Amino acid sequence: MGQIVFVGLGLHDDLGISLRGLEETRTAKRVFIELYTSLLPDFSKKHLERAAGKEFREVSRKELEEENGKVVLDAAKDGKVVLLVPGDPLIATTHVALRIEAEKHGIRTHIVHGSSVLSAVMGLSGLHNYKFGKSVTIPFPDETPSQTPYEVLVQNRKLGLHTLCLLDIKAEQKRYLSVHEALSSLLEIEKNRKMRKVMPETLVVGISRAGSNNPMVKAGYVRDLINYDFGEPPHSIVFPGKLHFMEAEALIVLAGAPERIRRMVK
Amino acid sequence: MVRYRQCEEIQKLMNYPEIIRNTSIIAHVDHGKTTLSDSLLAAAGIISEQRAGQQLVLDSWELEQKRQMTVFASNISLTHTFQGKEYLINLIDTPGHIDFSGAVTRSLRAVDGALVVVDAVEGPMTQTETVLMQALRERVQPILFINKVDRLIKEIKLTPEEIQRKFAKIITRVNGLIEKYAPAEHKKDWQVKVEDGSVAFGSALHKWGFNLPHMKAKGVTFKEIIDAYAGEHDEIDRKVDALSKKAPVQEPILDMFVEHLPNPLQAQPYRQSQIWPGDANSPVGKGMAKVEPDGPLLMCVSTIEVDPHSGLVAIGRVFSGTVEKGKVVQLMTSRQKGTIQQVYMSMAADRVIVDRVPAGNIAALSGLPSIHVGETVAEEGSDTRSFEGLKYVSDPVVTVAVEPADVKDLPLFDKVMHKLTTEDPNLHFLINKESGEYLLSGMGELHLEITAYRMQEAGLKVKISKPIVIYRETISHDYKGPATMGKSPNKHNKLWVTMEKLPEDIIEALRSGKISENQTRDDRAKTMKGFGWETDDAKNVVAIEGNNILVNRIKGRQYVEEIMDHVKSGFREAVFTSILAKEPAYGLKINLEDVTVHEDPVHRGPAQILPMTWRPIWCAFLLSDPKLLEPLISFECKVPNEFVSNVIAIVQKRRGKILDMVNEEDMIIVKAEMPVSESFGLADELRSSTQGRAFWATQFSRWAPVPEQMQAEIIKQIRERRGLSELPPRAQEFFEEA
Repeated sequence: MGQIVFVGLGLHDDLGISLRGLEETRTAKRVFIELYTSLLPDFSKKHLERAAGKEFREVSRKELEEENGKVVLDAAKDGKVVLLVPGDPLIATTHVALRIEAEKHGIRTHIVHGSSVLSAVMGLSGLHNYKFGKSVTIPFPDETPSQTPYEVLVQNRKLGLHTLCLLDIKAEQKRYLSVHEALSSLLEIEKNRKMRKVMPETLVVGISRAGSNNPMVKAGYVRDLINYDFGEPPHSIVFPGKLHFMEAEALIVLAGAPERIRRMVK
Repeated sequence: MVRYRQCEEIQKLMNYPEIIRNTSIIAHVDHGKTTLSDSLLAAAGIISEQRAGQQLVLDSWELEQKRQMTVFASNISLTHTFQGKEYLINLIDTPGHIDFSGAVTRSLRAVDGALVVVDAVEGPMTQTETVLMQALRERVQPILFINKVDRLIKEIKLTPEEIQRKFAKIITRVNGLIEKYAPAEHKKDWQVKVEDGSVAFGSALHKWGFNLPHMKAKGVTFKEIIDAYAGEHDEIDRKVDALSKKAPVQEPILDMFVEHLPNPLQAQPYRQSQIWPGDANSPVGKGMAKVEPDGPLLMCVSTIEVDPHSGLVAIGRVFSGTVEKGKVVQLMTSRQKGTIQQVYMSMAADRVIVDRVPAGNIAALSGLPSIHVGETVAEEGSDTRSFEGLKYVSDPVVTVAVEPADVKDLPLFDKVMHKLTTEDPNLHFLINKESGEYLLSGMGELHLEITAYRMQEAGLKVKISKPIVIYRETISHDYKGPATMGKSPNKHNKLWVTMEKLPEDIIEALRSGKISENQTRDDRAKTMKGFGWETDDAKNVVAIEGNNILVNRIKGRQYVEEIMDHVKSGFREAVFTSILAKEPAYGLKINLEDVTVHEDPVHRGPAQILPMTWRPIWCAFLLSDPKLLEPLISFECKVPNEFVSNVIAIVQKRRGKILDMVNEEDMIIVKAEMPVSESFGLADELRSSTQGRAFWATQFSRWAPVPEQMQAEIIKQIRERRGLSELPPRAQEFFEEA
């Protein structure tokens, strides 16, 4: 009977995979890898192939989405197939469709989790896991920029919750949205919505290269961070809600936030 | 008496709307319109009298001269004295061949009156009816000139009584058309009559003409006119010349313009509601009704010309206010602002720079950004409305692939194509992204031939493919099943649609621009309700592409506005290249019934939403017995008895259907309909098989299903040409399990 194992690659390079994940990869009949849902800056496919003792077939968005993952499903009909995915494999919600499709065809599915930017952001910033609201992706701005990120921010703020904003990537074109572009696009929306949620004096945390040896975490006001150099991608941002005193302490000590933010502690 | 006038004098007259007549001459092809225009010009002293009649000055194109046909409208201003008072006549020439009927419609927007020219031998023909209908729809008042009377005398040798009977017949037919197409309140008072002088007759070629008042005043009888054509060659020349001196053709005609056609003060109030949807009581509405030079500016652009020096020149009628150099204006449909760089008035092929042109006149402007035909130029900051969309009577039905003969000419090719398509909105130019072909679509074989010639004139050598017929795809009935559902490729978004077949009256209203995306939502809702639509659907028309309508019935779902632009683009793509053979869809009403949208913006980008929109549309389409439609042309041919059987044979060989045959003296009028695909080379075949004795014309008639037994084969051919698989996809390929 066939089987698909979704294996997480973690955040940064070819060492982010778990030992269990590597074992599944070694023993699989075929290994597929997808690299379009996120960016692994120092990942070397060749190194991991050597460690696994086999070659990986890279699959495109078109193959997994438009063609419904047929290439993976066909290979999984009579044996174990591994699909390697950046981060934690099912945090990229798109793969749920493939998993459901597989189970419907009588193909069992397993998950070997990897570390995710969601937990990395909490760890790096010191903001508490309990206090995050809905997260949202800020897309590349086009003619009519999406209002959703702003609306999510409004909703979370109402409940005093933090908002994690993932920044869009277009892996095929090697384009990655930066903190600067994301904040500019939110300020643009603020001009129309005027609910004073993204102002020059709003506190925000920028994080780049989570999971690497040189991650950057910087907390400060929008007016300062918008011009701050966060270096290489990927970037994320967090808009803190109400702060616990330990969170404020962490932002000051770990992320260089101004002392004044202690006043925000309720 | 008419005299040559300096521009400054004309500019003075421009300020008095009661002495202005904005007029046009309309006719069936080759009934002598341009020859007549030349006589009028000669009268104005702009070309010499001897050369009028041979020169065809309004046809500034070499090609037009060769073909003896006017291809593009030209305009001219001249002055005329009537009963001791000076009048300013703006004359806009229009083409007669139906392949250019777009230009006719556009010219008519600028004028209040039209002289209908009818060939005395042929009588009113198909295009006489078409152009008269176009004029009356724009509330342009007609008067009549019966031309080529010399042929009745010389060739057919009719007696005075027979000539008068012939005239009576033509007048009755023209009045019948006026009765049929005129707005209700003018069906009676716009009838043309011999007695009051709103009908004239003569020979534009020989430069003589009369109406009844002129005949009486000059004491000329029919017998005298006939006598002018009796005798030896030299004698005839001398007598006809004398006749043209005694009764120059321009005199009755210019008098008729002044006496029988309305001035802007009279015409603008009743034309206003037909051509402009704005509020009559607003400042602009009042300015328009009163032809107020100091009112807020409102001008309708009828023609665009690309001038090598000034760039785009927009020509049109100023209905309110004044256009002036340096004035900042707003362009209503493109929602842009611009500064008028230069104001001109037209004098035949020349444009003369002037300071200002006030309401009631025709003006030409340069300097306005990316302006297009039909644009409304308005006062900066004024809250007003665009003119009604200009109504074209024909769809483009023939396409050719063009490419520069030398790849190095590509930049010139781009420039020339831009110029041609800007000047002629009935020309559609498209680059096929898949094949890289440059496709040029027009209103017929001749239209494209002339366009190709114009490219050569511009120094561009091109290769042109054989003409390709444009088809349409439609459904046989409303889609009957439960709403079809489409998923985005990532499976996180779903859209449900249903499909209906639009009735012909709505399709016609879309084609004529009565229903359009440029209307406000309220106006469109009102129009749709007039066609019997439920309030909800009428209010929620969100996109129109070709003659297909997208209705949003989705209620109470989140994020719908965020994806609606992508859904509209998806709809446009799905109907612009439909699924049988990638030809445009025809007459579909597509209802968005429900949607589920993913929370996160990156999971609902265009790459997700476009396919989610195409798929259920194509699924419903394929499940509703799709049909391929082909364009038909109506064909009318007047031919001597002995050649009728040849004409019938040609029609039948070309899959045509004879609709009617009417006897007229020793000629027979054959009315028929045939597919465009079978019409190529018709001209040559008709000429050779009737020894050139047939008068004929074609024009677009309608879209009709291709014969059942041919559909599969035609689809296969189109798909092959496009490099697609032989068979169209099946509905199952787009069907999604919930």
